[in-house]
Amino acid sequence: MSIFIIILKLILLPTLSPLCVGIVRKVKAYMQNRRGAGIFQPYYDLWKLFHKDEVIARDASWIFYLTPFLLFGLSILLPLGIPLLGSIESLSFFGDFIITIYLLATMTFFIALSGLDVGSAFGGFGSSREMTIAALTEGTLLFSFLPIALVTHTTNVILMATTASGLPFFNYLPFVIAFMGFFIALMAETGRIPFDNPSTHLELTMIHEAMILEYSGKRLALIEWANANKFIFFIILGVNLFFP
Amino acid sequence: MQNLFFTSLLVLTGGSIISLIVQRDTKLSYVSSVFSMFGSLLALIFSIGALITQSTLTTTLPTSFPMFNISLHIDPLAAFFILIVSLIALPASLYGIVYMKQYAIEYNLGVFGFFYNIFLISLLLVITAHNALYFLFVWEIMSLSSLFLVIFENKKLQIIKSGFIYFIMTHAATAFILLSFLLLFQFTGSFDFETIKQHFASIPFVIQTIIFLCMIIGFGTKAGIVPFHIWLPWAHSAAPSHVSSLMSGVMIKIGIFMLFKMFLDILPQTPLWLGYVVLIIGAVSSILGVLYALSEHDIKRLLAYHSIENIGIILLGLGSGLIFIALKQPSLAMLAITAGLFHTLNHAVFKSLLFLGAGSVISQTHTRNIEEYGGLIKLMPYTAIFFLVGAVAISGLPPFNGFVSEWLTFQSLFSGIATSSILIKSIFIFGAACLTFTGGLAAACFVKAFGITFLARSRSIESEKATEVSPLLLISMGTLAVLCLTLGVFSFFVITNIQLIVKSLSLFASKTSSLSSTGISLQVNQNVAHLNMPVIFLVMAVFIALSFGLVYIVSRKQKVVLRTVWDCGFNALSPKMEITATGFSRTLILIFRGIFQPSKQHEIEYVDADIRYFSKSKTVTLGIVNIYEAYLYYPLHNGLSIISKQIRKIQSGNVNQYLLYIFILLLGLLIFARY
Repeated sequence: MSIFIIILKLILLPTLSPLCVGIVRKVKAYMQNRRGAGIFQPYYDLWKLFHKDEVIARDASWIFYLTPFLLFGLSILLPLGIPLLGSIESLSFFGDFIITIYLLATMTFFIALSGLDVGSAFGGFGSSREMTIAALTEGTLLFSFLPIALVTHTTNVILMATTASGLPFFNYLPFVIAFMGFFIALMAETGRIPFDNPSTHLELTMIHEAMILEYSGKRLALIEWANANKFIFFIILGVNLFFP
Repeated sequence: MQNLFFTSLLVLTGGSIISLIVQRDTKLSYVSSVFSMFGSLLALIFSIGALITQSTLTTTLPTSFPMFNISLHIDPLAAFFILIVSLIALPASLYGIVYMKQYAIEYNLGVFGFFYNIFLISLLLVITAHNALYFLFVWEIMSLSSLFLVIFENKKLQIIKSGFIYFIMTHAATAFILLSFLLLFQFTGSFDFETIKQHFASIPFVIQTIIFLCMIIGFGTKAGIVPFHIWLPWAHSAAPSHVSSLMSGVMIKIGIFMLFKMFLDILPQTPLWLGYVVLIIGAVSSILGVLYALSEHDIKRLLAYHSIENIGIILLGLGSGLIFIALKQPSLAMLAITAGLFHTLNHAVFKSLLFLGAGSVISQTHTRNIEEYGGLIKLMPYTAIFFLVGAVAISGLPPFNGFVSEWLTFQSLFSGIATSSILIKSIFIFGAACLTFTGGLAAACFVKAFGITFLARSRSIESEKATEVSPLLLISMGTLAVLCLTLGVFSFFVITNIQLIVKSLSLFASKTSSLSSTGISLQVNQNVAHLNMPVIFLVMAVFIALSFGLVYIVSRKQKVVLRTVWDCGFNALSPKMEITATGFSRTLILIFRGIFQPSKQHEIEYVDADIRYFSKSKTVTLGIVNIYEAYLYYPLHNGLSIISKQIRKIQSGNVNQYLLYIFILLLGLLIFARY
């Protein structure tokens, strides 16, 4: 039973994540007085990218070739450490929030390396900016979990969420402050305004886009998809911890 | 069992003597390295045996000097550090066989082999020494033999300067250690650690405080804590790379070992404030170490600064352990000390791997400046993989070993935050904050170090000509890289054994640790936290492979075309347009400008000084102020010179005046003797 839930968890997240990105874009379009593309547009984009030929820079090394797979692979295993679908598998099966944060850091590490890999002027600056922000958000993210960990006496996200939902109303004050921190970290980690703009290609403002500028075809699709996964993962995590 | 250890010492001694005998024949210079390999292999087997049997060996050889006994004491803690020494010495010596050949024409390899073996012997002896005088004797041999290894390339002025700084700092450290031992002698009447251990409680509180502080400064200088760290970047960058890997991986750990041994075994029941001091030193060292590493673009200095950072992380473990001991929470203390010991082992492995990798790169490119590397991943693919493993491990990313020990350190700091006292809480929060930022900044720094060195295109002619290094070098790096992964994935096994070492300390006899491993997963304090490294490694590998396989099935028909990088429609991109190491870290340096005090100088030369439109040349110098040298060491140095100048006035060269001094002294002594 529990293995079935784990597999369901692992499939559900990547299937829903493009939809989530589509909805966010639609909302953004409404707020800017545009009609915007349909909410299923990200699926079409992925489909299109997977069926395109690839152009890869001659200077690229295996880091550039491997990173998209690594990124996508890690992004779908992120939910293993968090409660989803009300599942309670064995607590000691995976790990706690620190491993989750460090898995995110691993993703950042490799995408920054692949940004440097092709040796374009954009990629390097993208990596530099990304690592600057990542170095500072890692701490923010960890410290936004910490108050809840202290209140619930555990660093295991599954236990944290279950214990937090049973707490009396008073104990929610630290949650509010922690949520503010988490929200800032979320914006930075998923590359949203004001840290980064996912839809820009202006060299002065792009961070994430600058690093993946040289990607095309299926590898670009994987990176986009991995980012969508990361985005929905953060939303689920936030909901679980702060609005139990 | 014991004989194995002595055989290993004998083999190393033999190596050092033979190295001197064959010094005229450069073809035979590998012989001494073979001896050191064999010696460290024996020591490795011995230490594993001692750890398995959990036995304590004690031998005392009396000498004709009073108070000076050659007394050896190998408890599980010492055996663990012998394990670390020999584990690193083995691949480092293998590396040395080939690596030293590049010096054969210019320098005397026989002398190098001599000091190298002596250095290994002294490392083993320092760990086992159980008498303060004998300890100081072998400690000094260790300092001096490593000094001669540092100044091996003695035809370069820079290297002599590095050696000089190392010499001064290491002897200042010895002075503090000597002072603490003399105080211990005065109040316990013995130089024997065993006697000191029994009588320590009778020493007055003030003297105890002075002893503790002297030990922190003395052993801390050797370990490289801030602000006594200034010798590390000099000494580690000057020595040949496998010596750097031994110094950074092992020798600075001897300082750590002595802190562990003194505070947990010889002088137990340390006061609470000592824990605070160690923890704060650890936190400050870790964050400042990594910040300075970021600003560095000499690859070996960068790695040396990372050693300071990691020493900080180890001290975070030890510091929280000492606080828990003082708070009478031994089970949490065991967790924290396990974290510190495990990080000691891990840092030794990945730091020596990185130094060996850096050495391979330097041997090919003949420069330590990472701005002149680039594109080496295609020319030196295996070195690149091994360096990447080291970089990922030191950044504390799963599934490698650095992550596990940082996780343990986090857990012990979190347990400290959960205590009730506000003061203790805030100190632990400070430690945890420093550790998180350290993790993030270390990752940023190694993206820089690996990216600028190995990725993109070559930035100099030297690095275009680089080729892969010889298989022996690759084997020694590969061994360490595999160790990084195994220590991470099978951390549950390693930690179970480190727990046994911690348990063997009399402080923790018959106490249970809050860290336990159930099956293959680690567990802190009944459900507080879990970590299942084998599963994490497995799912990471499976998912990456899975995404690879699925994508291959979906889009295998699509073509992959190789083209040059998009150059915005101009001419082809040159390596000058790539980001540099300085540019990469500039943003972070500006964010922390309060600490770095970055400086920027413009120098523009114009074609015509009156019409300032066309410039002939522009130079921008970016630099940072070395605040320790500027605010601590220069004032100290200036103060000393002023005092020396004043004292010199006494010495006038007039014989009559000297006679007067003798008379005054005599008078003074007579008066002193009368009362």
